[in-house]
Amino acid sequence: MDAILELLAKDARITPLEISKLTKIKVEEVKKRIRKYEKDGIILGYKTVINREMVEDKEREVRALIEVKVMPQKDLGFDKVAERIYSFPEVTNCYLLSGSYDLLLVVEGKDLKTVSRFVAEKLSPMEHVRGTVTHFLLKKYKQDSTILKCREEDKRLAISY
Amino acid sequence: MNKNIVSNKVQQMQPSGIRVFFDLVLGMKDVISLGIGEPDFVTPWHIRESAIYSIEQGYTSYTSNKGLLKLRAYISQDIKKQHGLEYDINDEILVTVGVSEGVDLLMRAIIDPGDKILIPVPSYVSYGPVAELAGGIAKFISLNQKNGFKLTSEDIEKNMDGKVKAILLNYPCNPTGATYTKKELLALNKVIQKHDILVISDEVYDALTYDFAHTPFATLPGAKERTIYLNGFSKNYAMTGWRVGFACGPKAIIAAMTKIHQYTIMCVPIMSQMAASEALIGPRKPLDDMKREYHRRRDFVIGRLNEVGLRCHKPQGAFYAFPSVRKTGLSSVDFASQLLKKKKVAVVPGTAFGPEGEGYIRISYASGFDQLKEAFVRIEEFVKNR
Repeated sequence: MDAILELLAKDARITPLEISKLTKIKVEEVKKRIRKYEKDGIILGYKTVINREMVEDKEREVRALIEVKVMPQKDLGFDKVAERIYSFPEVTNCYLLSGSYDLLLVVEGKDLKTVSRFVAEKLSPMEHVRGTVTHFLLKKYKQDSTILKCREEDKRLAISY
Repeated sequence: MNKNIVSNKVQQMQPSGIRVFFDLVLGMKDVISLGIGEPDFVTPWHIRESAIYSIEQGYTSYTSNKGLLKLRAYISQDIKKQHGLEYDINDEILVTVGVSEGVDLLMRAIIDPGDKILIPVPSYVSYGPVAELAGGIAKFISLNQKNGFKLTSEDIEKNMDGKVKAILLNYPCNPTGATYTKKELLALNKVIQKHDILVISDEVYDALTYDFAHTPFATLPGAKERTIYLNGFSKNYAMTGWRVGFACGPKAIIAAMTKIHQYTIMCVPIMSQMAASEALIGPRKPLDDMKREYHRRRDFVIGRLNEVGLRCHKPQGAFYAFPSVRKTGLSSVDFASQLLKKKKVAVVPGTAFGPEGEGYIRISYASGFDQLKEAFVRIEEFVKNR
């Protein structure tokens, strides 16, 4: 990956000036490239990684992974069905997979009932959906390469040769 | 009790003058430390995991004095692959407790009373004392910032006499970050060949060379037979606490070192050797990532030092910068102590690495980028308000 993208992926708050100092790319060039990445849809946003295990969010207390079997449509494959499904705001992630099922969704809701109702009333009856398996998520340990726990203290001696 | 319970030799060893400063740092809280001589990365997980597994499997015994055969084989393969250097796994490689033990064994193996060892300074702290404990005379060669703290052939010529047995090279260098191109090494090699002395080459930071490829001294024409190549896992694999290094060199010298090693250490702990084995055959990606990160930090630190106005040559390896603090009018120790007290940033006074380090400080960039950023804000305030 490009050094600019790599640094931004690690820390979205890093400034163009800092990127410039770390990569020796001129600061104007850094800004220009970031603008282009944004325009081309390579950079889609800048977010903070929040450890949801530690923050109460009443509207999104319950998460489930849902396997979905789909009947692909002629000419359109899975894309059209996927679009209908991921357009629901309850769906936070949506992947097409190889293997025994087709789509894997992450769905969030305020309680078990809300998520179950979404599956029973919205997802399952949908045309081309042949079946679903719902796994409620109990605990997250690691997400997008971030281990979800407090930063550990430096174990090194504060000074050494 | 007789007052001479400690041997004369040890009594005469200079205690480190900056112990007081180190104690001050260790006693303070919430300090941003740029004074740490080891990687800020934890040993990559695949290496730690393999050590745990080896303990579970019951690998808790002694190993061969020379080190596990498989580790020696991996070391030999790795050096051959990376540098085209060939060492026989049976009698040209010894696994040591870090490079530190390698240096100690080597000094004891080659020094007769009165033999001189040339040591360019500022340097890592152990070389001089270890040479003298072995009965030798440490002959220090002062390097200066003008040459980017690099040794030259003239430096060697000026310090040569019939008693010189070996020269110690450490590149990339702790504390200056200086290292040598192949061309520069060839020039040094010429003088060394001429005077027919041994080369103790501590290359423990070799993988952290940023602007050109690292050249092991032993690869130079005619150098292998007189060079003892010392390296280890501490810096390149972020494995300081495991204490594993190795020495490669001529059979006679490795045999002599092994003799001392078997009476004093016996062998490196087996779990550490298992971990080191995994380090050599496992994925390289964590190492490449670390190197890239250090490289960026190096550029950032040098840029910031220039902005702050602390003159610094560009270090081409290791993870240290060695800027001059002369313009502040403070001595190394005063600069470091005041920076610590006023701004809670710790650096190591240059004098920790010999009197030649006066006027300099060592900044380690083995710290996260956030820490480096904040530390330089504070250093800038400190320097401006002087």
